[in-house]
Amino acid sequence: MQPLEPSKPMTRLVTRRRPGRDRPRREGDVADRRFRLLTAAFASTSVVLLGAMALQLARASKPAWRRFGLGFIGGQHWDPSRELYGALPFIVGTVASSLLALLLAIPVALGVAILLAELAPGRLARPLGQLVELLAAIPSVVYGLWGLFVLVPWLRVTVQPALVETLGALPLFRGTPRGFGVLAAGLVLAIMSLPSVAVVGRDVLRAVPASHREGALALGATRWEAVRLAVLPQARAGLVGAALLGLGRALGETMAVAMVIGNRPELSGSLLSPASTLASVVANEFAEATDSLHLAALSALGLVLFGVTLLLNLAARLLVWQVGRLPDGARRA
Amino acid sequence: MDRFAKRALVDLVMRSACTLATALALAPLVSVLAYVGAQGLGGLSWGFFTELPAPVGESGGGVGNALLGSLVLLGLAGCFAIPIGVLAGVYLAEFGIGPFGRLARFCADVATGVPSIIVGVFVYSLVVLSMRRFSALAGGLALGILMLPTITRTTEEILRLVPDSLREAGLALGVPERRVILRIVVPTAAPGVATAVTLALARAAGETAPLLFTALNSRFWSTRLDQPIGSLPVQLYSYALSPYEPWHRQAWATALVLVALVLTLNLGVRALTASRKELR
Amino acid sequence: MSPPLALSRSVSQPPPRQPDRLTPSPTAPPRPPEKLRTLGLRAWHGKTEVLKGVSLQLLERRVTAIIGPSGCGKSTFLRCLNRLHEVVPGTRVEGKVLLGGVDIYERGTDPARVRGRVGMVFQKPNPFPTLSIRGNVLAGLRLQRSSVRDADELVERSLRQAALWHEVKDLLGRSGSSLSGGQQQRLCIARALALRPEVLLMDEPCSALDPIATAHIEELIRELGESYTTVVVTHNLQQAARVSHDTAFFYLGELIEHAETDALLTKPRHQKTEDYITGRFG
Repeated sequence: MQPLEPSKPMTRLVTRRRPGRDRPRREGDVADRRFRLLTAAFASTSVVLLGAMALQLARASKPAWRRFGLGFIGGQHWDPSRELYGALPFIVGTVASSLLALLLAIPVALGVAILLAELAPGRLARPLGQLVELLAAIPSVVYGLWGLFVLVPWLRVTVQPALVETLGALPLFRGTPRGFGVLAAGLVLAIMSLPSVAVVGRDVLRAVPASHREGALALGATRWEAVRLAVLPQARAGLVGAALLGLGRALGETMAVAMVIGNRPELSGSLLSPASTLASVVANEFAEATDSLHLAALSALGLVLFGVTLLLNLAARLLVWQVGRLPDGARRA
Repeated sequence: MDRFAKRALVDLVMRSACTLATALALAPLVSVLAYVGAQGLGGLSWGFFTELPAPVGESGGGVGNALLGSLVLLGLAGCFAIPIGVLAGVYLAEFGIGPFGRLARFCADVATGVPSIIVGVFVYSLVVLSMRRFSALAGGLALGILMLPTITRTTEEILRLVPDSLREAGLALGVPERRVILRIVVPTAAPGVATAVTLALARAAGETAPLLFTALNSRFWSTRLDQPIGSLPVQLYSYALSPYEPWHRQAWATALVLVALVLTLNLGVRALTASRKELR
Repeated sequence: MSPPLALSRSVSQPPPRQPDRLTPSPTAPPRPPEKLRTLGLRAWHGKTEVLKGVSLQLLERRVTAIIGPSGCGKSTFLRCLNRLHEVVPGTRVEGKVLLGGVDIYERGTDPARVRGRVGMVFQKPNPFPTLSIRGNVLAGLRLQRSSVRDADELVERSLRQAALWHEVKDLLGRSGSSLSGGQQQRLCIARALALRPEVLLMDEPCSALDPIATAHIEELIRELGESYTTVVVTHNLQQAARVSHDTAFFYLGELIEHAETDALLTKPRHQKTEDYITGRFG
């Protein structure tokens, strides 16, 4: 008789095969099986919800796709009064503000992660880590408020004039200093995504087996050399995953961005000019949209955002799992 | 400079850079908290917690209805998300090693990354359109959907920390599996699950985007579930974007209440779990 | 011929040697009846065959020690006797285990019911941390939804049997995890005894305990052996000698030798048994 194939789904249902009765058979009484099915039904809600969201968004946005086709994504103009709907300004605004945010946040977050996971003594690493986690707990609307009344004026009065003065020759820094705009959004997003990137990064670094860094230290490496030579290469995929998670969060962030980006659906090459993102335009216009095409176009923007964040999350999770692999099924062995 | 001194220098520089990065990361936190504290404290009074928002031009007024509304919305969200999330977590932890378990776990993970505004759009088209009105129910559902994947995954992680020896002890006593889980495993993990649920509620308390077109907002006292309802974050948002200076002060005060609420929940829960660990 | 089998012994009186090795001779006194018997018991962990057809007879009211090197399948064997092996995903059992003459692996048998008849004590003490000492003792009955009559009496009797009553009678409301390791293990024994099991399985019950607690538990095993059919897995030969009447030696998933403890330890019949007890491997 052949032993069970381990590649077969290993559920806790036990299959015993016996000569003559070659049918797998379930143990446990009926009530246990019902309980298992009940919890399985609850566990399926996440699956169902994701599917329902995709379906619902697709359905709601159908009129927009029918009217504009895939050209909707490349459309440069968004003008509800003329029934002109194109997603490009929002896509560009979203990508620009998020990339700027990550550009600013990643080096800092990496530093924080390394400090928390490798360099700081345990007594310091715990409270510091909790402090960083607290940063992530502050509601985004509060960051938006702070951005609106503290960051934007500071940018308008101090930072942007200086930028125009020094780097004004570059198209990136052209324009009048208004405060509101891609730069403000990028900064707020950087501040907001930093904690989560740092915390996930810390956990990824901690998942690297201690033997690696100890090996390097035993060979006479300094702390930093151990980190750079033994830990970081092992953790690279996970760190990229952490960054992608942060990117996903930045792409979908709504309130803080809507409050500081200026909300103008324009394509401009400058970080100083106001713009709008997928999430912020939905937040601003959805409740007031009355005609069905406008609603459909907004839903279509939502669908694009949903699809992009979904893909990003998928990729990020896979990368993070590679390092800190879930002890899936192994724990009962 | 010899090689060793150079290496030591690099080490020092990189360590300092990491420390600097951490300081840089914490600076905005300090700034946000300082501003919220400084600007918000002046707007606080007893009336701020008990009164309705004042119309433009009148002084005073409060966010009593928004505070109540937030509690109603969180209550609704909890009713929806806690039982489903915890039982889903039970499935993932106890039975979830097959392909379906992996799928459900992966979907829950991915769902935590869905932008909250998308959840708002989803609930709008699902509930608001069919009920033909904005309602507290829709808002609660939206917050619940946001909380659900987090509760599911954290519950799973915590249940996995319960040693298998307890499960085996229960089974070896002839106790049916479901009762081993419900009466032994879950109670053992209960403090951790409570922590996870509280953290999820704290996060939901600050969510604004999913409420914008589900619960909408209201300037009146309301606990009716089929009517629009106010909430702290949405009230804060509308105060902040208004052109009136007194309302900006209200916005800061609201922010202070919200931050205090969220941080108290976070810190309180952490302190409780920390002290429990020490007892052990 | 062999002297009569003593049902209980103390450490100072090692069990008498019986040359005929559990094969009843016509002139031997009647041996206790069989309680548990395995027939061709095979068990798998994934693709690995951990037990390769073990047939073993366990007699009523006797303590049987199961010895063997790590990985020989002795724990798995024990866990097959109360159908606990199968709760681990990817495992499989084949063969028969007759408890009182009835196969516990028979189709339609509720494993929970089997486990209620066969008590088990684990390597590490595992009292339920959320329950009180009293709650731990009553846990089996309560969670099986059996009505518990005279709960106080049952708690006292079980704790007395586990030699724990005098230490905890005033602390019954305290959490089970507040006790010391040895006390916790005795609480786990009391918890198993409260169900009045027909068989008591012990999986290296002393390996997580200090020497004094170990001595307590060993003495307890000897006492319990007078009234329960007991199976003790141990990797400690001295312990097997101290507590058991019979001993079974397992090697690589097979039963190599089964005999009275004294006979097996002093005059092993098989080369492998001898190698093991003389310390050549293991």
